[in-house]
Amino acid sequence: MKIEILGMGCPKCKLLTANAEAALKDLGIKAEIVKVTDIDKITEYGVMMTPALAIDGKVKSAGKVLSAEDIKKIISEILKQE
Amino acid sequence: MAEKCTCGGNCTLVFPCSGSSDVGELADRIARRMTKEGIGKMFCLAGIGAHIDGMIESTKSAGRIISIDGCPVSCAKKTLEHAGFKPESYNLKDYGFQKGKTAVDDGAVEKMLKYISKENE
Repeated sequence: MKIEILGMGCPKCKLLTANAEAALKDLGIKAEIVKVTDIDKITEYGVMMTPALAIDGKVKSAGKVLSAEDIKKIISEILKQE
Repeated sequence: MAEKCTCGGNCTLVFPCSGSSDVGELADRIARRMTKEGIGKMFCLAGIGAHIDGMIESTKSAGRIISIDGCPVSCAKKTLEHAGFKPESYNLKDYGFQKGKTAVDDGAVEKMLKYISKENE
C-alpha cells in the first residue's frame, strides 16, 4: 500500500502525515508514506484543495485534515475489498 | 487548478457548462471573470463528468458550488447532480440570454455578474 500526502508542506499537510502514520501504527500495517509537494504532480491528480490524501493512486480526500480514525476507516475499507 | 498553496477548503467553485453555443461561451467567460475578480474559482466540469477522484474530492470540500448553464438543457447543473452535488445554479436563459441570439461580449458578462452578485447580497 502506498499512501501519498499531497500538499505544499504547510502545517495541515504535516498533521495529515502524522495522522496517516498513527493510523498505520494502530492498524499494525506497514505502508509507504510519500509526501508529494510538487504542484505539477498535485495538479495531475486533479486536486485543487490541499492537503489531500491518496492511497494507491486514488485520491480519498482533499481540502481537509482527516483524523487518524478517518484514515483507519478508509484503509480498512480498502483491505476488505482486496 | 492549484497554482500556489491551496491549503484548506471552503472556497467557492464555479462550474460553467462551457458549451459550444454562444451562451455556452458566455457561461465560460463569466466563470473566468469570476475567478479573476476573486468571486470564486472556475473548476473543470469535465473532470466531474469523468469522475476524476481528485476533482470530486476537491469539490466536496468547497464551501459553495455554483453552476452556470447557457441553456435550459442544464448540463453543468445535471453533471454536478449526477456526482452527488447540489449546486447553486444559474441558467442564462432565465436572465434573458437566448441560445443562438446572444452576443458574447463584456457587456453580457458584466450584466450576469451583477445578477450573481445581487442574488448573494
